[in-house]
Amino acid sequence: MKRTIPLLLAMSAGFVMIVAFFIPATLTWGEKVSIWFDILASIAFILGGGNLLKVQLKKISDKTAGWGYSVITVVAFLVMLFVGLTKFGVNPNPAFPAHGHWAGQYNEIGSPFWWLYEYMFKPLQATIFAMLAFYVASAAFRAFRAKNFEAILLLVTAFIILLGRTAAGVFLTDFISADSGFQGLRLENFTGYIMDVFNTAGNRAIMIGIALGTASVSLKILLGVDRSYLGSGEE
Amino acid sequence: MAQLMTLGITAAFLILLTFAVISWTNFFKTIDRRWVFLLMLFSVAVPVYVIGKTKQTFPEKALPLAQAVFDEIEKLNEGDKVLLAFDFDPGSEGELGPMATMFAFHCATKKLKMYFIALWPLGRQMIDDNIEKVIKPDFPEMIYGEDYMNLGFKAGNEGVINVIVTDIKQLYTTDAYGRDINQIPMMEGIDNIQQMDLILNVSAGFPGTKEWVQYAVTPFPHQIRLVGGCTGVQAPLLYPYIPEQLPGLLAAIKGASEYESLVIGKYGGDGISGKYLEAQRRMGPQLVAHVLMVLLIIAGNIIYFVERTREARP
Repeated sequence: MKRTIPLLLAMSAGFVMIVAFFIPATLTWGEKVSIWFDILASIAFILGGGNLLKVQLKKISDKTAGWGYSVITVVAFLVMLFVGLTKFGVNPNPAFPAHGHWAGQYNEIGSPFWWLYEYMFKPLQATIFAMLAFYVASAAFRAFRAKNFEAILLLVTAFIILLGRTAAGVFLTDFISADSGFQGLRLENFTGYIMDVFNTAGNRAIMIGIALGTASVSLKILLGVDRSYLGSGEE
Repeated sequence: MAQLMTLGITAAFLILLTFAVISWTNFFKTIDRRWVFLLMLFSVAVPVYVIGKTKQTFPEKALPLAQAVFDEIEKLNEGDKVLLAFDFDPGSEGELGPMATMFAFHCATKKLKMYFIALWPLGRQMIDDNIEKVIKPDFPEMIYGEDYMNLGFKAGNEGVINVIVTDIKQLYTTDAYGRDINQIPMMEGIDNIQQMDLILNVSAGFPGTKEWVQYAVTPFPHQIRLVGGCTGVQAPLLYPYIPEQLPGLLAAIKGASEYESLVIGKYGGDGISGKYLEAQRRMGPQLVAHVLMVLLIIAGNIIYFVERTREARP
């Protein structure tokens, strides 16, 4: 029962979506399934929060390596949740005076939630993303080697794209007239050519392969052949 | 002449770099990676400082994809409806923020009706930022609910697109601020996003432009038109959809810079605020960082070949 009901739910939802795509009269069926999906996705946030607490609290109680980071994660999670859910420090909405601060906007400028987002979350997330530049630079220096013909091709392409996406590309090949027959060799145009032709061709081939694979896996799931998504069944 | 001189200096610098790396191969081979990090820091920080001081930017020439995005918006008339889907967060704000700002500026200048939406939880904040940055200070005559509105974030990724392409009010009963959607004037007569004249998407990943193409444009190719902007790593994956399903695409800060130059060239005028030149300004740090990357790769390969030659010697 524990596996049969989810299996039947997945099968019926999947087939409804396929039918709804091909038969316009059944479009509303697909719409309903999509709305269920959206509701489930919202509930998944609660599940995700619960899971985060469970995993991090276990790390703290076991005192595993780096458990201090788990403390920070749990505290940050709970503070943000409390401030957001209780609308802590939010000004009342003049349009609904009877509801006090509950009618106010949780993220209005100057509110504690806004402050946490603007001065803590935003710079932290931007910093994490920006760190990529440092690691890419270090990796490029240590690992990007012209070891064989394929690597040389990759290297030359990287140079063209790196320079072609900046003013350096325009400057370095500015001596080629934009009206001449060789204008395609200007770095900015050559970059576009690589993206349009080689990249698109390669990506289309990969996409078609992925699509065929997805269709086959989807059919296996819908027909109940592949049941791995249901888990092992063990607690 | 100036260009020849610069090319000469570049060639001389490369030769010097080659000799330096060959002479101090062991030093470069064992160099602490924190020196590379420091170089990268300076290569970004110095141009940011210089451009901030001088307010100078590099000249930009729009390539066909940025031109196509600009043209799609230019085709619209006053009062036409545009859905602006901001599917990014602060992590990619540095790359995507300027194009989102420019989309809002372009649409507001053309007096288009703007419907903001987000499939990313923090997209809602990105929308609010742009409303506070562009619409409220520079277009105070625009009225919320009549000229622009914020539908906010809804969970469900592509599931949200799948519903709103046929029935938007099934999913959105209120706007982002909790107002009844039926009381908002610009939602009158809007049943689904097929009624939008254009969809503008700013995408940092999943869900993003790819999902808008697959779930909105592909089932309704004659009703829905989509153009967008995305991060650099995402761009190669979106090229296969060009030009049928995706007529225009702003690829990373370079695409944003090209589009920005087109919009500012037509609507900017003198004394345009710096917030509308952000993409062009960010091309400075990008140039130096890219040149540094090229030099690092060259240096790394010189070390590799010197090592290989030494190993081959009897």
